Amino acid sequence: MFEIKKKQTLGPKVDLYVVEAPHVAKAAMPGQFLIIRIDEEGERIPLTICDYDREAGTITLVVQSVGAESTRMSFMKAGDHLADVVGPLGRPSDLIELSKEELAKKKILFIAGGLGTAPVYAQLKWLHEQGIKADCIQGARTKELLIMIDEMKEVCGNLYLATDDGSEGIHGNVTVALQQLWDEGVRYDHCVVIGPMIMMKFACQLTAKLGIPTMASMNTIMVDGTGMCGACRLIVDGKVKFACVDGPEFDGAKIDFDQAMQRARLYKTQEGRLMLKEQERETHEGGCGFCS
Amino acid sequence: MAIDMMKKVPVSEQPPLERAKNFNEVCLGYSREEAMEEATRCLNCPNPRCVTGCPVSINIPGFIMHVKEGDVAAAYDVISESSSLPAVCGRVCPQETQCEGVCVRGIKGESVSIGKLERFVADTARQMGIVPKGADTKTGKKVAIIGAGPAGLTCAGDLARKGHSVTIFEALHKPGGVLMYGIPEFRLPKEAVVEKEIENVKALGVEIITDFVVGRTATIDSLMEDEGFDAVFIGSGAGLPKFMGIPGEQALGVFSANEYLTRSNLMQAFKEDSRTPIMVGKKTVVVGGGNVAMDAARTALRLGSEVHIVYRRSEEELPARVEEVHHAKEEGIIFNLLTNPVEITTNEEGWVNGITCIRMELGEPDASGRRRPVEVPGSEFHIECDAVIMSLGTSPNPLIHTTTGGLDVNKHGGIVATEEDGATSRRGVFAGGDAVTGAATVILAMGAGKAAAKGIDEFLSKTE
Repeated sequence: MFEIKKKQTLGPKVDLYVVEAPHVAKAAMPGQFLIIRIDEEGERIPLTICDYDREAGTITLVVQSVGAESTRMSFMKAGDHLADVVGPLGRPSDLIELSKEELAKKKILFIAGGLGTAPVYAQLKWLHEQGIKADCIQGARTKELLIMIDEMKEVCGNLYLATDDGSEGIHGNVTVALQQLWDEGVRYDHCVVIGPMIMMKFACQLTAKLGIPTMASMNTIMVDGTGMCGACRLIVDGKVKFACVDGPEFDGAKIDFDQAMQRARLYKTQEGRLMLKEQERETHEGGCGFCS
Repeated sequence: MAIDMMKKVPVSEQPPLERAKNFNEVCLGYSREEAMEEATRCLNCPNPRCVTGCPVSINIPGFIMHVKEGDVAAAYDVISESSSLPAVCGRVCPQETQCEGVCVRGIKGESVSIGKLERFVADTARQMGIVPKGADTKTGKKVAIIGAGPAGLTCAGDLARKGHSVTIFEALHKPGGVLMYGIPEFRLPKEAVVEKEIENVKALGVEIITDFVVGRTATIDSLMEDEGFDAVFIGSGAGLPKFMGIPGEQALGVFSANEYLTRSNLMQAFKEDSRTPIMVGKKTVVVGGGNVAMDAARTALRLGSEVHIVYRRSEEELPARVEEVHHAKEEGIIFNLLTNPVEITTNEEGWVNGITCIRMELGEPDASGRRRPVEVPGSEFHIECDAVIMSLGTSPNPLIHTTTGGLDVNKHGGIVATEEDGATSRRGVFAGGDAVTGAATVILAMGAGKAAAKGIDEFLSKTE
């Protein structure tokens, strides 16, 4: 059992959890993810790692209640226990293989969309510890959904905020923001983009056009997350790849995003039904008349 | 009642059309009387060929003689000398090609029903509360086992009996490996059988740590250098599912058998209240002819789908156990043999709506000795369906060999290990099972785990 040491609400339906998981905390590197199960009946949920504290033996997760299981998780509080935390999974970011000198030569940009800010924070923090200041464009639909701004500022070079509705920072999405910076003469030679697939697709299209090599972190459907079930497969450069062992980061210019987005819809109907049941709880039965 | 000594005592099974709608076990096993009667058919050969046919060399006539006398406890002791998982093996071993395949009784009639007798002994011993005994003295040597599947559990059990301290590191949230995630409930009950056998391995003193992915959570090097393990056994099992590379394979409604079975077995998606979704097609096509294909097909059938198996060779070459094929047919699964998919077709929303196949005929034998299937030109035809399950085998998981220096792998990515003792290119590191051979059977993995346990024990006796 893995204790939730701390829980903090970051925004509408967005919560941060600090969870005791010493094995994972000891080995975690930026770019990796993990899988949790709430309880014995729980689904295996892949989540990105926002932070880790090797000494305290804790990991930090940021979860948005969008599905049935994450909604159920939102009812948990500090002192509760998760049944399982397994990881770290996936390959660490390519950046960690570079020496400080090599990193210092690069002008790195992160593009974080919505909840993608959490795993971007892990990478920025690691770079910051190496003495590297990378820039970040952090985008969201609206102001309230821009999370962890203070923490991001601490580990970031320039932090550019962007909102679709213009309620904070640049008025427009992350690609609008990048284009604007580019037009002002700001240049980058490496980019990491993490966020919703649709946002990553358009961000990767733009960075390809601008000639910035870009890695995108793919949050596909997963079951075991260790290279066994094949649910996380996607097409990269015309070949079948598995996000859990080959990724999660892939060359953004080579990912078939349309197919990946299509595959992400696979269980939407079933998930949606389960989530309604979860949100409405005891009032659910018989509501719309479609389920028995 | 007089019995026909040429024939096996029949075993009761759930009627096909009834079991096609539930996940309860198909075979109900022998009663005490039936088992004792079947045991009288064993000739107790002075030179028992069945023992040589068994990958873990169980003293088969030895345990059967005890069954004949009705002494289950003594029979269980005999089996326990060689096997840690008899209730599992009695259910899933391909006996017809192993012990039963070489049984002298089988020359003129039917072989002794060794598998069903083994199952009877294991099940009865469990009901009687018999637990295997651990070692009295400890050697003080620490062994890490990677993977709590059939290879790892066997290796762990044997080493614990020798007095070594054994820790199994399991990546999933439950131990058992393929016994938990792969083989369905109706063939191998999880709570009643698998979990109990794992409890027996624990009773020998073996510690099992779940949620621990060797290669990620820790490496083999850190286990040996920092955690003080004197030897390591890699039994991490088969890896990533293979696909055909035909158009439409990424469509919605196309699954690997591993995914489909993991959802249903490990995550219990077959139960109504499960939180893990599984797709139930109206008509499902399963591509492949192995045991995993049969398991996937029979799972889809029980979930409520019409199921077709598409296999490119003929019935004779089906790699699945004869019993599984027989059961699948009885339950109403339709076999499209000498048929190979060329394309999966989809509707405008990207969901599967059919599979285009081509007829095959058998040509000259290939490297495997089986006649090579060749396409019949112009014979394409379309099968309408809304789900496709690909069951084409697996390729090794790269997690361990890519994170362990000096560990040699073959051209297929399987870990190189000797057959007799499981030794790898790294001193103190042993391996066996699907991680070495690629997808095979439970019992072959157990045989490899057993051989490696012997190898590890010898290695440890030579080290300080």
